[in-house]
Amino acid sequence: MKADDPTIRWVEEPKLGLMGKMYLPLIFGGLTTTARHLVGPKVTVSFPEQRPEIGNPLIYRGVHRLNKDQQGRVKCVACFLCATACPAHCIDIIAAESPWPDREKYPQAFCIDELRCIFCGMCEEACPVDAIELTSLFDLTGRSREEMIFDKEKLLSVFDQTKDAEPMPSAGIPPLDRPKEERPR
Amino acid sequence: MLELISITLIKIIILCAGLMTAAAYFVLLERRIAAWVQDRRGPNRVGIPLTRIKLFGLGQPLADGLKFIFKEEFTPAQVDKVMYTLAPISILTTALAIFAVIPFGDVLPLWGEKPIELVVVPNFDAGVIYIFALSSLAVYGVLLGGWASNNKYSLLGGMRSTAQLIAYELPLSLGLLGVVLAVGSLRLETIIGAQASSGWWFAVTQPLGLIVFLIASYAEAARLPFDLPEAEQELIGGYHTEYSSIRLLMYLVAEFLHMITASFLIVILFFGGWSLWGLTSPGFWGVEGEAIPLWLGIVRIGVLMSKIVLVILFFMLSRWTWPRFRFDQLMALAWKVMLPLGIANLIIVAVLAEYRAPLVERLGEGGVIALTWSLSILAMLLAAVLIPLHSGNRKQLSSPDLFGLP
Repeated sequence: MKADDPTIRWVEEPKLGLMGKMYLPLIFGGLTTTARHLVGPKVTVSFPEQRPEIGNPLIYRGVHRLNKDQQGRVKCVACFLCATACPAHCIDIIAAESPWPDREKYPQAFCIDELRCIFCGMCEEACPVDAIELTSLFDLTGRSREEMIFDKEKLLSVFDQTKDAEPMPSAGIPPLDRPKEERPR
Repeated sequence: MLELISITLIKIIILCAGLMTAAAYFVLLERRIAAWVQDRRGPNRVGIPLTRIKLFGLGQPLADGLKFIFKEEFTPAQVDKVMYTLAPISILTTALAIFAVIPFGDVLPLWGEKPIELVVVPNFDAGVIYIFALSSLAVYGVLLGGWASNNKYSLLGGMRSTAQLIAYELPLSLGLLGVVLAVGSLRLETIIGAQASSGWWFAVTQPLGLIVFLIASYAEAARLPFDLPEAEQELIGGYHTEYSSIRLLMYLVAEFLHMITASFLIVILFFGGWSLWGLTSPGFWGVEGEAIPLWLGIVRIGVLMSKIVLVILFFMLSRWTWPRFRFDQLMALAWKVMLPLGIANLIIVAVLAEYRAPLVERLGEGGVIALTWSLSILAMLLAAVLIPLHSGNRKQLSSPDLFGLP
């Protein structure tokens, strides 16, 4: 690299003006900035009393649910696509012959270990019948590892809890046309 | 005699208990103010531990204290055992002993024919000298802590801190000297009395002294922007890296006590102590005579404490306002800027005190103060223009042969 290379930009430190050398005027300027922040609004969300606002609950990746169709049957056909797609191997399905004529299989047991889950949403993307979805519930807690393995009844109950606030994409209701106050929090 | 001893013991007990509690609660205040400046709330949930009583964060110092007490007291293997233990003891002892001559108010007429003076050692003629002697002794605590830790980074931090503390003792004394010259006494009670009787605080009549003393006390208390010796980002903990539990608690409490001492001194020397023009004088409230009633004594204590809390709030706010000085910039500021400004302040104060009578005759009281201010601003302008920021042997970056390139 030659010294007179035109692509090199030689930089000098900026010279302090008189105000800078006197220090004090800039010191008071800094104090006004700090004082403004001292009395300004705070960005903290005081969690149990205030809930954080989720931007779009329909694309938020929270707790899973198993959807039911119009007749109240579980939509899942036990094709194992979600279990195969899961990177954390947390979905466990036992398939059985379905009691209904229009399907071959249905899940006799469907367990998701919520503690192993990484909430990536691959199962939701892989499902061909829109049976498994991720809701916007994020604050789930449990007192033991066994309690956090959600079985089919638990996942269906999550559906019952959230089906009105976050309808299924295939239910035909346009989600974001509702006014903001009615959107699920 | 017995009465004197018992009253002094009561004062000492109230002082020590009050100071340690105040240091603990000022830590909480510092965390809250730091949070508010950073657009967040601070610790506001801690109540009394193990109960459901909510105190909105006021139980935090109790929780912190309990945490420190229960931590493991670990002495590293190769430390110098005597000095390792002696260092925090010495710094905490000197930090507390400084308060022996600092007044907390004026007097309180409680019982007996003489009102009780709110100083542990009243009528101590060398008050200011005692304070400065003890703060010089506090340097030992830092030095011993850095040396005894058997850790080169602690040693570096200790050496830097020592150099900083010693360097800024001179501007501290120079700022103070102007006040002592104007009053003619070294006793803190006399200094407050002079400000109360003349009505002019020394912040107004000696602005340059205030600036020099303020900046020097920031450095003596090792607060930002002068806290490089203990900057977490540079030296982990500086001289207190190797300390844990109670010894670390002693260092941290001593640091806060230094800040409290600095604010006490600033208020007493420059902001009038317990006097607030009309509010604290007996004549204002229609009280006849020289004797101060009990409630007025309490009002004076209240005024002093509020001023000190305001100065401490200023200390805490300024921590988040200015960037930290690099160590060479810090020392250059002490020796090249603060010392000349302090000497300039001393000259201005001495000359104006010598020729006070004819000047007051010609210009009036306000004129003398205006003259002081203009001379101070002139001194600062001269300092800004004449004092070089760095010595002239640094090559400018724009010359290509800085790096020896062809």
